[in-house]
Amino acid sequence: MAAADADAPGARPWLLMSPALSAVTLLLAIPVCFILVYSFWLRTAAGGEQTGFYLDNWIEVLTDEFYRDILIQTLRIAGLSTLFCILLGYIPAYFIARSTTRHKAALILLLMLPFWISYIIRTMSWINILGVSGALNVFLLWSGLISEPLQILYNEATVILGLVHFLLPFMILNIYVSIDGIDTNLADAARSLGATGWQTFREVTLPLSMPGLAAGSLLCFVLGAGTYITPMILGGPRNAMFANLVFEAIITQLNWPLGSALSLVLLLVLGAVVMVYTRYAGIGQLAKSFK
Amino acid sequence: MNLLGSWSLIRAFTVLVYLFMFLPVAVVILLAFNANQFGSFPMEGVSFRWFVELWNNEAIVRAFKTSMLLGALTAVISATLGVLASLALVRYDFRGKSLITTALIAPILVPEVVLAVALLLFLRWLEMPKSFPLLLLGHVIFTLPFVVLIVQARLVAVRREFEEAALSLGANAFHTFREVTLPLIMPAVFAGVIFAFTISFDDVTGTLFWKPGGVETVPTQIFAMLRNSISPEINALGAVMVVVTVAVPLLGAAIARRMAAALK
Repeated sequence: MAAADADAPGARPWLLMSPALSAVTLLLAIPVCFILVYSFWLRTAAGGEQTGFYLDNWIEVLTDEFYRDILIQTLRIAGLSTLFCILLGYIPAYFIARSTTRHKAALILLLMLPFWISYIIRTMSWINILGVSGALNVFLLWSGLISEPLQILYNEATVILGLVHFLLPFMILNIYVSIDGIDTNLADAARSLGATGWQTFREVTLPLSMPGLAAGSLLCFVLGAGTYITPMILGGPRNAMFANLVFEAIITQLNWPLGSALSLVLLLVLGAVVMVYTRYAGIGQLAKSFK
Repeated sequence: MNLLGSWSLIRAFTVLVYLFMFLPVAVVILLAFNANQFGSFPMEGVSFRWFVELWNNEAIVRAFKTSMLLGALTAVISATLGVLASLALVRYDFRGKSLITTALIAPILVPEVVLAVALLLFLRWLEMPKSFPLLLLGHVIFTLPFVVLIVQARLVAVRREFEEAALSLGANAFHTFREVTLPLIMPAVFAGVIFAFTISFDDVTGTLFWKPGGVETVPTQIFAMLRNSISPEINALGAVMVVVTVAVPLLGAAIARRMAAALK
């Protein structure tokens, strides 16, 4: 940086930024362009690539029912997970925001904790609970309610359960930030004008907390739809999600052009969701959740 | 205050949701101390034998060392790039600033799978094989946005007058940074380092794409072990993971708070 002193003052910010900018350019911008280029190449029988402009991968990805079904399955799993996060997350977020107990700080700290606890550990922990010799089966056998262990794991429901467990803190935190920012006088005013508790919630608190609800939902949906670890650990053979197809194509089959086309489909679908969101809510709300 | 039924119902529901979030992890830690040779219930007494087994398992110890090295290098590189970029973004005005801010945050907006594939393809085009440096670069690119966000937020709060005073007393730009700015933003830099370390230490999505054959980090080692069946060893490893990814930030936060207090 000492060398920068000699330069014109206008050059210094660029000098400071250049390492980070080069990193983003070399490791993100150019590589993403490469996905686009690769998606028009072809895989040869020998396992190499035929360079050029072929639409074969795109035609396969866009017309094959197999890919379409998994895309729909992915959106369904992510959508249901988001919905359950809203149902499970709203009330705790409301409680933390409006609580006057001295435990409030502890509750918020506990909310941050899952972000630190390893994702793979949180996912696999459900095997200990729902597995054939997991806590639930052992309890049910012991209590005599069942005589054979139940096969509860490895289906769509357990994938959704794992995702909800992973995503819920994002939802609660976003809604909490939103409700915490609402002036409590507004609710008091509604009450003094004769609204019941439920009416106050429906007409005042809920609408004003919508930005947090929307930001939380977007994060949950996008993160949920992009995962392949959860279905790999908690899903059965038929519960693959779209990112599993990408993993399969790239890592297992080494079919780079097909993997590229599939990645782009995922990027475009999730990108469209983000665009719709920013169109109506603005990206600023999302940035709040990172602070 | 009395809505959705009653306040005590709301509180009870909140307690249940918190239990849902933490009970499964508590079970992992509990089972790590299971004396039984199967990683499941019923417990057969408390024992540290699985932690001893971990210690003697060469593959796991190697994965642990890889993760520590990867996390530490990621944190140092990411923090360096992030601090320099934040200085430019907060302290200078130039054209295209908001575009560059967006570009630096972009890695968290792109699905990690897509980021992983993109980087891999680029390396393939360059005819470079998968390697530890690639893994490191991958981790740097998706921890960088967090460092930038954290350091920027702190830097905005540091008054420019301090730097101007140092400069007017004859310090050059580098001196001013080292003696004035860096100590003032140190808590945020430290937080960024911890953040980058734990994200890197915990990552499995990108790592599975980028890691060269034969190299395992702790999460990918756990992932590979899960293909067989869940063993007490995995639970013990999980317990160690929880301690590293939770205790390190908590300890870090405490130190950062001290540093911040010392500055006042």
